[in-house]
Amino acid sequence: MSNRLGLGGWVILGLAFAFFALPLGMSAAFSFWEGGDRYGFAAYRWLAASPALGEALWLSVRLALATVAALVVLLVPAMIFMNLYAPKLRPLFEFIAALPFVIPAIALVAGLTELFSGEQWGWLKETPFFLVIPYFFLALPYVYRALDVGLQALDLTTLTEAGQSLGADMGQIIGLVVLPSLRSALVGSTLLTLAVVIGEFTFANVLLFRTYAVFINQIGQHEATAAAALSFASFIATWVAMLIVLVAGSRKQGGR
Amino acid sequence: MKAPVAWLFIGAFVGVSAIFLVAPTVMLAIQAISDDEGWTLEYLLDLQQYRYWVAFVHSMQLSVASATVGVVAGALIAFAVLKPGTPRWLNQAVTSFSAVAANFAGVPLAFAFVATIGSLGLLTNLLKTIGIDLYGMGFSLFSITGLTVVYSYFQIPLMVIVITPAIQALRPSWREAAENLGASGLEYWRHVGLPVLAPSLLAGWILLFGSAFSAYATAYALTSGNIGLVTTEIANVLSGNVASEPQIGAALSVGMIVVMVVVLALSTWLTRRASRWVKQA
Repeated sequence: MSNRLGLGGWVILGLAFAFFALPLGMSAAFSFWEGGDRYGFAAYRWLAASPALGEALWLSVRLALATVAALVVLLVPAMIFMNLYAPKLRPLFEFIAALPFVIPAIALVAGLTELFSGEQWGWLKETPFFLVIPYFFLALPYVYRALDVGLQALDLTTLTEAGQSLGADMGQIIGLVVLPSLRSALVGSTLLTLAVVIGEFTFANVLLFRTYAVFINQIGQHEATAAAALSFASFIATWVAMLIVLVAGSRKQGGR
Repeated sequence: MKAPVAWLFIGAFVGVSAIFLVAPTVMLAIQAISDDEGWTLEYLLDLQQYRYWVAFVHSMQLSVASATVGVVAGALIAFAVLKPGTPRWLNQAVTSFSAVAANFAGVPLAFAFVATIGSLGLLTNLLKTIGIDLYGMGFSLFSITGLTVVYSYFQIPLMVIVITPAIQALRPSWREAAENLGASGLEYWRHVGLPVLAPSLLAGWILLFGSAFSAYATAYALTSGNIGLVTTEIANVLSGNVASEPQIGAALSVGMIVVMVVVLALSTWLTRRASRWVKQA
């Protein structure tokens, strides 16, 4: 009786489509506006000629890669070893991974600023790579969740024992067995981390570093059409990243 | 043979979290209740000042409103899309779009809305030519109402993602059983559908509340910090835009963390209730 999408369903979806498509379509249209009733690519030409855009984007990309590296070095091995040798520590890990939800980004900035306020720590806040510390915790809950799901699906103990009885050492087991099995979780969390860090604004703005999001905000004060162009481009870029995640996810399901 | 290397890695992760996540938070708590002369409750009591009090009220209003809009609209959309009769392409389009839009927050989102319904936005002008003057009617993108509209753009898709598994878990046989017993569609929802979904809806609401409460970038880009939200007030103190003591920033942060802890405790309690119900069934 109610399996079909009735009139009510179409009305809901129609309204939702209008709400979600309008800002996207309008910002795309607005980005071609050149004042009066002239339309063209002026905003895009302005952006292409702006060296600051490249610098800001490059800084954000480097920060994102550094954050991914930090997660790979610090979180991934710790989670694998915790599952193998110290499952009793799981509640502690869960607690740490939930903390960034409880401590809003802006509060963490306030705390980090206060903690490293002394003379001997001043240099730390001079380098933009100071941002990798808060970004690590910003991405932590998502990456932890994705890896946890991936690790729970593996029988780590059996895999390790099988590897050892075949004469492999721990490094070989992790490099040749565990990490390849976690591939889709790793790809997914890497893309998510890249998207989150490149779009991040709070930390960079308060600590006065000119990342991509901070740059969009700055040009928005004078070059509204260029800001609209970048917003639109960001959405498309995020969409592509998410599609890759979705496709990677469904391919994994299909393979099983 | 437990490799010492393993403990090195585990220790490094826990240590880094302790130094860079827990220690700054403890630092904030200490800063909020102390100054040069020793311990004091002065700064926490300062939160009663109109300026800070109103920031908490604004943040709460915005979070409650956008979470409620998100839960209602998100659940309706998810329900419509998940009906077996809905075309498959539509289902996939909504799922992938939700994944994108739920992550589309911050500065780009703010500018997309400025371009649309800002005071010079295209839609604003379009509506003006057909006789509807949004801003003349008292609407402003740069108000709590306007912010609620903007926040809905990531709140609704977030809810679609969160609620989809719960709606999928509603068994068609329950509905058939209810219909065989003579229940109307409305009665089914009142006595079966909504009670079953209630814990998931509440948990979703709390997640959305938290996401709106701690959001900063979108509000900052839209209002330049002119509408006092707790997050923008903290940023004002941190960047020295206002002549406040740094302790005020710490006290505001502690206030936010307290709200979030309450929210998380609520959600844990609700999740536990939900899983207890499932075990009984």
